[in-house]
Amino acid sequence: MIRFNSAVSRRDFVRVSLVLGGGLMVSVYGCGPNGEELPATTADGALEPNAFVRIDTNGTVHVTSKHLEMGQGAYTGLATLIAEELDADWSKVTVEGAGADDKKYGNASIGGLQGTGGSSAIANSWEQHRKAGATARAMLISAAAKQWGVPATELTTEPGEVVHAASKRRAAYGTLVTAAAALPVPTNVTLKDPKTFRYIGKETGTPRVDTKAKINGTAVFTQDVKLPGMLTAVVAHAPLFGGKVKSFDATKAKAIAGVVDVVQIPNGVAVLGQHFWAAKQGRDALTVEWDDSAANTLGTAEIMAQFRDASQKPGVGIRNDGNAEGALKSAAKTVEATYEFPYLAHASMEPLNCVVELKKDGATIWNANQFPTTDRAAVAKLFGMKPEQVIMNTVFSGGSFGRRANPHSDYVMEAATIAKAIDGRAPVKLVWTREDDTAAGYFRPAMLHRMKGGLDAAGNPVAWWQRVVGQSMMAGTMFESPDGKDPSTYEGASDHTYQIANVFLDAHWPKIGVPVQWWRSVGHTHTAFAVEMFVDEMAKAAGKDPVEFRRAMLAKDPRRLGVLNLAAEKSGWGTPLPAGHARGIAVHRSFDTYVAEVAEVSMQNGVPRVHKVTCAVDCGIVVNPDIVRSQMEGAVAFGLGAALFRQIAIEKGRVVSTNFDRYRVLRHSEMPQVDVHIVPSTAAPTGVGEPGTPPIGPAVANALLALTGKPTRSLPFVS
Amino acid sequence: MERIVINGQPHDVTADPSTPLLWVIRDIVGFTGTKFGCGIGQCGACTVHLDGAPVRSCTTPLSKVGTKEVTTIEGLSANSMHVVQQAWDELQVPQCGYCQSGQIMSAVALLEKKPSPTDAEITTAMQGNICRCGTYQRIHAAVHRAAEMKRASA
Repeated sequence: MIRFNSAVSRRDFVRVSLVLGGGLMVSVYGCGPNGEELPATTADGALEPNAFVRIDTNGTVHVTSKHLEMGQGAYTGLATLIAEELDADWSKVTVEGAGADDKKYGNASIGGLQGTGGSSAIANSWEQHRKAGATARAMLISAAAKQWGVPATELTTEPGEVVHAASKRRAAYGTLVTAAAALPVPTNVTLKDPKTFRYIGKETGTPRVDTKAKINGTAVFTQDVKLPGMLTAVVAHAPLFGGKVKSFDATKAKAIAGVVDVVQIPNGVAVLGQHFWAAKQGRDALTVEWDDSAANTLGTAEIMAQFRDASQKPGVGIRNDGNAEGALKSAAKTVEATYEFPYLAHASMEPLNCVVELKKDGATIWNANQFPTTDRAAVAKLFGMKPEQVIMNTVFSGGSFGRRANPHSDYVMEAATIAKAIDGRAPVKLVWTREDDTAAGYFRPAMLHRMKGGLDAAGNPVAWWQRVVGQSMMAGTMFESPDGKDPSTYEGASDHTYQIANVFLDAHWPKIGVPVQWWRSVGHTHTAFAVEMFVDEMAKAAGKDPVEFRRAMLAKDPRRLGVLNLAAEKSGWGTPLPAGHARGIAVHRSFDTYVAEVAEVSMQNGVPRVHKVTCAVDCGIVVNPDIVRSQMEGAVAFGLGAALFRQIAIEKGRVVSTNFDRYRVLRHSEMPQVDVHIVPSTAAPTGVGEPGTPPIGPAVANALLALTGKPTRSLPFVS
Repeated sequence: MERIVINGQPHDVTADPSTPLLWVIRDIVGFTGTKFGCGIGQCGACTVHLDGAPVRSCTTPLSKVGTKEVTTIEGLSANSMHVVQQAWDELQVPQCGYCQSGQIMSAVALLEKKPSPTDAEITTAMQGNICRCGTYQRIHAAVHRAAEMKRASA
């Protein structure tokens, strides 16, 4: 059932075995321990000039993806960069997930940590992966030149072949790899002129590498990993955050057929079964008494009340241009608003899970991790091992939206703790139910934004005052800033580029015992709403058209202005609509990508109905236009579902919305038509996984403001 | 022991009769294309066919299967080239892919009953299948495309 013939797993395994066997560290590619160049050979004659590409003697091009494939198209995009410069035959390209290794797979955009997040996969690989492909191509050309006795400059490449036009000779890559691998790895390859790209930016030629496996049931997710003798663990978790087990009775659980073991772990009791259903029945038959003495007992109502109190007190200063307080006092007109945002769970389709095989001399993990080296380090510490003794096998992720980038490795550590509790007697697959997944926390934090704006007599904005209140998601993690400020709280607000002479922003980070974490587009999930909704509230007070009002403030930000204008134009902004319909617009920059969205909305039975979304995106050079479109479509659905319906309700510390019946997500009938327009660009590529999400909520809210005259001051729209 | 037929093959299964069909298929028989999403029949990731009709296998106990034939994504076609799969491929529907087996099984059942479904019929048939990546627009178009391909080949 599982396919782990991955090059990376094998390579890591080779390395680890050698280390354990006698301390001999051998690297089969790139540079050696002292930085010296090593030959690009492998035992089977393949060409492997770097950590990202290997070409077999049969011509198959194996790309190793340092980024997790969780739906965003990373495997396809990264392979496209390599295939472009390699001139690979796309039908021979396969992609496998990398193991854990910061040195080889570090992400420059997050300080060299191996990680998938911040919509950074393409941006941080743009040069690196094209060079990886170009290096392999140069070696294949050198090998052919040597073989044919012609100068390398006379040779060209076509997909999968080196060509000598003068003598009409051709050689398939596979026939050249063994000779190429014996050559030195060049360090100064020339990259293509973008005008000659055959794959990058093209509509056809590089369909997703994972589509076929995902339509015939063969794609392997963590949930599908099955090892000989493996047990499935289902856990009774403390119902309150911070709760612990006081005592438990497993008599009834152990009587259930298929239940093999019951073990206590710090935050719960794990039942191990021969299969999920046995373990789940066992879990449900447990009697557990909880110690809630250190647990969070606040509910969402009490938490929001605390935030409202905090919003009346000065916070930590973040931005202070001019004198916003003074300008508000002298303004001809002022506008005030407070916006409130609920906790949100990621609710990926695949509930969290992890497979751990613990042996005496090492451990192996099968999982989909956004931070594989972080997870590996945590597990290694728990097992008393060196990180290199823990092998990470990366499989597909059934969504994630940031959840599998847990800086505390929460669910991975839970699986490892269970494996340790049974002394590695069997491989363990931890499976969370939907309810476990939703109630486990690490939510998008609940937030409050308090806003004040001032207009002069002509309706021009003269003051912007903003106070942000919400838990820090960086506090207590490796990303915590020494000065205690958490930019993820105000990113997208403190850096808005609307030209207003007096701008003030401060922030509070109350400490609440509800675990919080990044969620598709992080701080922008709420800052875009607060900023863009408030701009429309100010435009309304000024009696101005929302697009005109923005244009007048964006003269110095051409890219933001560009998507604003494109979305307005393509949506037919200002043209008549059916009775009862209205348009709203929002523009936002996140992760260096600019997105504007226009939503066409009506009210049906008291509920907003979004008919159409016109999206304009500027993400620099486009690698795969269809994936850009699909990410915008998906981000609109994700953000719209959240804005319309989603909120995690907590009562007396207990999460009460734990499955799709009470934690409502967007369904088929609620999906608007999404039209995506891409701004042509020669700027370096930026990401597209997240930036489509932030503008949709405020675009809908602004349409509702136009339609009903009423601003939306708290989300979700439907509660 | 119960004998059930999955994808045309009989399987003798030893399990409590209350065991949901999903876990029989996944953990006991070993077909993993059918996914666990919610466990309460809310998301559709576990959709399979019982004698051609779509059911949520996570809330269908083994005892209710009897002699009805179970079809999973693996049994849809010998070569993964059912028209619905072809349309899904052509329109590049999947993102994470986790819900897509269920989406495809719902779409196949719809087209068996309604070879030329209207927009409203597609929406009704697909309403029970959640996709958190938000591929609904492509799913909708792919169902129409599959219907068109099916008509063309008939």
